[in-house]
Amino acid sequence: MTSSRPIIIIGGSAGSLQAIFKMFTGMQDINHIVIILVIHRSRGADQGLEEIITAKTGLPAKEIEEKEIPVQGCLYVCPPDYHLLFEKDQSFTLDYSEKVNFCRPSIDVSFESGADVFGSSLIGILLSGANSDGADGLAYVREKKGKTIVQNPEEAQVPYMPLQAIHRNIADHIFTTAEIRSFIGELRK
Amino acid sequence: MVIISDEEIDLLLDDMLEIYGYDFTEYSKASLRRRIQRIIVNDRLTSFAEFRYRLKNSNDYFTHIIEEISVNVTEMLRDPGFYRAIVEKVIPVLTSYPFIRIWHAGCATGEEVYSMAILLKEAGLLHKSLIYGTDINPAALDKARQGIFPIGQLQQYSRNYIAAGGKGDFSDYYTSSYQLVKFDESLARKMVFSTHNLVTDSSFNSFQLIFCRNVMIYFDKKLQDRVLQLFDSSLEHFGFLALGTKETIRFSPIASNYSQLGREKIWRKKS
Repeated sequence: MTSSRPIIIIGGSAGSLQAIFKMFTGMQDINHIVIILVIHRSRGADQGLEEIITAKTGLPAKEIEEKEIPVQGCLYVCPPDYHLLFEKDQSFTLDYSEKVNFCRPSIDVSFESGADVFGSSLIGILLSGANSDGADGLAYVREKKGKTIVQNPEEAQVPYMPLQAIHRNIADHIFTTAEIRSFIGELRK
Repeated sequence: MVIISDEEIDLLLDDMLEIYGYDFTEYSKASLRRRIQRIIVNDRLTSFAEFRYRLKNSNDYFTHIIEEISVNVTEMLRDPGFYRAIVEKVIPVLTSYPFIRIWHAGCATGEEVYSMAILLKEAGLLHKSLIYGTDINPAALDKARQGIFPIGQLQQYSRNYIAAGGKGDFSDYYTSSYQLVKFDESLARKMVFSTHNLVTDSSFNSFQLIFCRNVMIYFDKKLQDRVLQLFDSSLEHFGFLALGTKETIRFSPIASNYSQLGREKIWRKKS
């Protein structure tokens, strides 16, 4: 894995969709980067989250299919009720094993698997949410030399999840959505 | 936490193949890594070497690994929209057969087998049906044979049952005691459970309907194609193949001889 192709995994739960809309709405394109969204949502509900994201942000979004290899320019959305893992060839694996932190998909699971495959090319972003999923995984991203960003809890609709990461002192940056947005823009250079 | 490298996973896969004849080399590595790490944590092992030593030197420990490495998460009538399509589009076709044979490949603890038995019973077809449930994991099959499940998920199952178009009262199919429910023996009488390894074992009968849901997501493309060929050779003409929500036959060699039922993950063999 070369560091020329950064990969962003964004994890979020309650209140994270608003943050995602703010980050991406009006962004010209994301052709310089692969972005993967692992968002807690009730299964069955929110079918077509990718359509909503495209409608709100104007960016192409699609639900992840197993074995697919992600390409730049698209927001990839993890389907409800599956964990998302990564293979060495960077393809997606969907996994229906036990819930982790009462969640499927679990953000920890995707951060950990992503860190194993992408190492220092991985940027883990943890957004608003009401449980502690994501903090362990983010610590592992950091251990594998990836970058870690946590949404500023003062701005997060539900600050509990970002605070778990901040209390463990594993965030490289604590950013507002506006700051995350310009951080992603900067990666273009 | 004990972190396992890719090379170490390959060593384990070689051991399992050479010593025990189980071939996991075409399974998803990312998924296997999680399963193995989970076993190491649960068994409080302190190193990869300790795990490998036990694997190589104890039959019992290998059995334990098979039980833990296979994903046994399943539920009754999962994805009610899917089961509604089974009730409305598949079962009416089965009615015309004098004898109905169904195969649930990778059935784990059998919840989906019981689901199907209930739907067949409500269609008045169970008496002339035989449902085969197979899995790589013998311990899971023992649970399936007993038809005893934890009570915790029953509320969800009842909701699934109603959403799938169940005609009766779901509670008529089980009796509960304390934390467990036992499903009606009359359902189990129409089931046969047996170990079967999709990687190495061949076809053992012909069927009008095969279920294999959330099993092939753990296989690589080559193995997926091979397993789909196995299903193809086990399906009668005009038989049905039912897969998990995120699975497809679209890119496989058998695709051209199948047509999909609407948007559901159910395909019908053309000839």
